[in-house]
Amino acid sequence: MKTPGRLWAAAAVLLIVGCGPDTSQKSGGSASSQPETDVDLKSLTGTVKVDGSSTVYLVTEKVAAVFQKASKVKVTVGISGTGGGFKKFCRGEIDVADASRPILKAEMDAAKEAGIEYIELPVCFDALTVAVNPANPLDSITVAELKKMWEPEALGKVTRWNQVNPAWPDAELTLYGAGTDSGTFDYFTEAICGKAKSSRGDYGANENDNVIVQGISGNKHALGYIPFAYYVTNKSKLKALAVDWEKGAGPVLPSLENVLAAKYNPLSRPLFIYVNRKAAERPEVKAFVEFYLKNAHDLAEKVKYLPLPEKAYEMGRARFAKLQTGSGFGGEAEIGLPVEEILSREPKH
Amino acid sequence: MPARSIHPGAPGAAPSRVDALADASNLMLGPGRRYWKDWVVEKGLLLAALSSVAVTTGIVLILLYESVPFFRKVSLWSFLTDTMWTPNFPVNPHFGILPLVAGTVVTTTVALAVALPVGTMIAIYLSEYAPFALREVLKPILELLSAVPTVVYGYFALLFVTPLLQKFLPNLPLQSMLSAGIVMGIMIIPYVSSLSEDAMRSVPMLLREGAYALGANKMITSIKVVYPAALSGIGAAYILGISRAIGETMIVAVAAGSQPNFTLDPQQPAATITAYIVQVCMGDLPRGEIGYQSIFAAGLTLFLMTLGFNILGHYLRKRFREAY
Amino acid sequence: MIDTYRLIARRRLQDSVFNVLGIVCMLLGVVTLAALLFDLAVTGWTRIDRTFLTSFPDPEAAEAGVYSAWVGSLLLMLVTISLAVPLGVAAGVYLEEYARKNWLTTIIEINIANLAGVPSIIYGLLALGLLVYQFHLGQTIVVGGITLAFLVLPIVIVSTREALRAIPRGIREAAYALGATPWQVIKDHLLPYSAGGIATGTIIALSRAIGETAPLLTVGALAFIAFLPDSPLQSRFPFVNFHWLNSDFTCLPIQMFNWVDRPENPENDFHRNAAAAGLVLIIMTLSLNGAAIYIRYRLRKRLKW
Repeated sequence: MKTPGRLWAAAAVLLIVGCGPDTSQKSGGSASSQPETDVDLKSLTGTVKVDGSSTVYLVTEKVAAVFQKASKVKVTVGISGTGGGFKKFCRGEIDVADASRPILKAEMDAAKEAGIEYIELPVCFDALTVAVNPANPLDSITVAELKKMWEPEALGKVTRWNQVNPAWPDAELTLYGAGTDSGTFDYFTEAICGKAKSSRGDYGANENDNVIVQGISGNKHALGYIPFAYYVTNKSKLKALAVDWEKGAGPVLPSLENVLAAKYNPLSRPLFIYVNRKAAERPEVKAFVEFYLKNAHDLAEKVKYLPLPEKAYEMGRARFAKLQTGSGFGGEAEIGLPVEEILSREPKH
Repeated sequence: MPARSIHPGAPGAAPSRVDALADASNLMLGPGRRYWKDWVVEKGLLLAALSSVAVTTGIVLILLYESVPFFRKVSLWSFLTDTMWTPNFPVNPHFGILPLVAGTVVTTTVALAVALPVGTMIAIYLSEYAPFALREVLKPILELLSAVPTVVYGYFALLFVTPLLQKFLPNLPLQSMLSAGIVMGIMIIPYVSSLSEDAMRSVPMLLREGAYALGANKMITSIKVVYPAALSGIGAAYILGISRAIGETMIVAVAAGSQPNFTLDPQQPAATITAYIVQVCMGDLPRGEIGYQSIFAAGLTLFLMTLGFNILGHYLRKRFREAY
Repeated sequence: MIDTYRLIARRRLQDSVFNVLGIVCMLLGVVTLAALLFDLAVTGWTRIDRTFLTSFPDPEAAEAGVYSAWVGSLLLMLVTISLAVPLGVAAGVYLEEYARKNWLTTIIEINIANLAGVPSIIYGLLALGLLVYQFHLGQTIVVGGITLAFLVLPIVIVSTREALRAIPRGIREAAYALGATPWQVIKDHLLPYSAGGIATGTIIALSRAIGETAPLLTVGALAFIAFLPDSPLQSRFPFVNFHWLNSDFTCLPIQMFNWVDRPENPENDFHRNAAAAGLVLIIMTLSLNGAAIYIRYRLRKRLKW
C-alpha cells in the first residue's frame, strides 16, 4: 500500500501556508479606540517581554501573575540581572527592563545609539540587607568595616574575621554576594567601596539570591548581602546586621520605617522599571505598566518589598501617561536620597 | 508450455494486450528509470548520515570560534595555571581554569569511588552468581537507575542525601561535592555494571572450567580468571563511567554549588566546568564579551577531556570485541 | 599436609560471603532508587491534582502549577521527534544497507560513537552559539527542539541499525532475487519489519530528551512563563499554524530546577512543588520506558523467524 502522493502534496501545502505571516499577532485585540481610563483587560492579547534584575523580579513576577489572570496577554519575565536586562533593552529585545539601580551613562549612550527612548519609573524600595548566620555574635557593622571586607584590595588577603576588626573572632570569613551582572552588585559596591563594580573577586558570587541565602544559613562564619525581601522570607535562617554609616546616627536596622525616613543608609535604594517608549504605545504594554503602577503598592507588600508612598505612584502614573522619557539620575546611582527627591527630579537624557 | 513472450502482441502470450504494453513500457524506459530513483534515495540517505558529521563539525567550529577571541586576551599559560576563575569581574579578573577542573575532578573521583567497586561487584554477581530468572528481573531495575532525569537526582542529593550525611558530618554545608559525587556515582552504576557484565559474559566458559577443575571456587575464578580476561571490556566500562561523570551537569549544579573553589576537600561546595557554564547562561552575557567567551573556553576544555576518554574507551571496546 | 576439609569449607565460605556482597551491592542500587521514588512520592504526591496540572507558575507556592511546563515538554518532544526520527532512521538505513567499507563510512561511524559520549551541555553551547546567535533564531521552542534532536540522534541511529540487523539475510536475498532495487527492499520489507525496533529506540530517545535540563538552560529557557504558546490549531484555513515554534518556553525539568533552587521555607514550600513536578516527570519517563520494554517484548513474540 503506497502513500498517495496527494497526501504529501497536501501536507506540503499546509506546511507552507502555515508558516506564513500571521496577521492576528500583536494587534492588541478589538479594544482599539477605547478611552485610556479602563481598557478592557480581558480583550487584550499580545506579548510583553520583561527582563532584568533578580531583585525587582519578585515584584514583577507577582504583578505579571496577577495581570495574566485578568487578561490574555502573555508576559515573560527573565532574570538576567540589571546589567543583562539593560543590554537586552538597548538592543530592543525587551519591552520593560527591571532595574535595581538607575540606568548608567554607558547604557544611556547605548540606548541613544539604538534610537531607544525609555521611561524611568520607580516602583518600590529595597533595603539591601547585610545578613549573617543566626549563630553569629555580631549585631551591627560599620561601613568602614564592610569596605575593608569587600574592596578589591582585600582579594586573597582579608580572609578571617579578625583581620577586619581585631575584636572579632579568629574564624574564616566566607562571603556571598550578587554576581557581576546584578544591579545589586553595582549598588552595593558603589555604596560601600565608593565605586560601582569595584569589589574583590573571590567570594561566592551568584545571580540567584536564593543560593546566597542557602550559603549563609549553612555556614556559621558567612556574611552576605541580599535584597530585603529575600531576608524577610527567610528570617528564621538569617540575621540582619544594623548598618552604621558613621555620620552620627548609629547603627540602623533595615525596615520599612527606616527606609521611608531615609535613615537606613547607605543601603536603601529605589527599584525601577524602564519602559521602552515605543513599546508603551502598544495597548498590552500600556495596560501592563498601568496595572503595575496601580497595584505595585499592594503587591510589593505581598512579596515583602517596601512600597513607595502613594503620592510617588501618582507621580509615576502621571509621568507614564505623558510618556516622559529620560532619567533623573544623570547616569549614576546616588546614595541616600529621600523618595520625594527622586520623583521630583526632572528627567534628563 | 510456451514461455511467456515479452514481445507485445506476440502469439502465445497469455496476458492481454494492455498488460503486455504496461510491462513493456516499464522495460522500454529502461533500467535507468528505476535505478535513477534509487540513486536519489541513496544520496539522500547519505546526506542524513552525514548529518552526524555536520553536528560534530558544528560543535568543534563554534567552540573554537568563540574561544579564539578568549585566548587572544588570555594567555594559555595563565588559563592553565592560575588558581582563580573570576572572568566576569571588571576589576582584576582571573582566568584560571584550575578551580573548575578541580571541582570536576573531585566530584568525578567521589562518584567513581562509589560506582566502580559497586558496579564491578554487581557485574560479577550478575554474570557469575545470579540465577537466570533473578538476572532478568534485576537488570531492568538497574537500567531504571540511569533513566531517572538528572535534575531529580539533584533534588535527591540536596534534600535527602545531604541531610542524611549531615547526621554523620555535622559541619557539612548545604552544598558539597561529597553529596553530589555520591549521587552521581549511584547514577553511573548501571553504565559500569552493564558493560562490565557483557564483557564478563563473553569470556568463554572454558576458562572458567579450567579454573574450577583446578579446585578454585567462584570467587577466585571471578577475580583471578574472569576479571582479567574481560579487562578491556571492563576498562571500556570504567572509561564510559568517567566520561559520563565529567559531563554531568544538573546534579552538580544543584547539589555542589556554582562558586568556583580551588580545593580538593569534598566536604566543600565547588563549581565544576559544567555547573559554571550553566550558571553563566542563566544570566545574560552578550556575544563578544569575555564572560560569554569564557563559557566556550570552558566548554572546549570539557569537550577535549571527554573526547580523549571516548577515544580511549572506543579503542578498548574494539579490542575486547575482537578478542573473542 | 593440607587439611582438605578445612580448605573446602573456607572456599565455600568465601563464596557465600562474595555472594552476599554481590547481593548487597545490588540492593544498594535498588534501595537507592526506591528511596528516591519514595521520598519524592511522600513529599509531592499529595500536591499533584488537577489544579496543579492546569495552573501556571506563581510566586505563591500553593498557587503555582506545571501547566506551561508539561505543555512545553510535550511541544518540545514533538519538534524533537519530527527531526530526530527521519534523520536518524535515514542515517541508520544508509549505514546498514548502503554503506561500503570505505573511509567515509568509518568517519561517519566514529562521529556517531563520539556524539553519543559528548556531554549534553556541549549541545547547549552549540545551540547557543550557532542557532541562537549566528542564525538569529532566538530562544524559542524550535531551537530547544533542534538541540534535543541532535542530542538523541545517536540513540535513534543505533537502534535503527540494531533493528535492521535483526532481520535475517534471507528476506533481503529473496527480495533481491525477485528483482527488487535496494530501496524497494527497504521500503517494502525491511522498514515494516524493523518498525517495532525503531519505535522502541524512538521511545528511549524521547525518555532521555524529556529529562534533559542542561542544554535547554544554556539555550536560555526563561524563568517565568505563565502562558501557553499559541495553539497549533486554529479556526481559519489552513487550520494548523507553526507560530508556537517561535514562542518562549519552559519545560518540566527546568521548572523543577527553578523550584529546587529556592531556599527551604515551610510557609512557601516550593520544595514540595519541586517534588510534585519531579514525580510527574518520572511518571512520564517511566511510562515511556515501560512502553518501550513492552513493545520490545511483544515484538519478540510476533516475529516468527
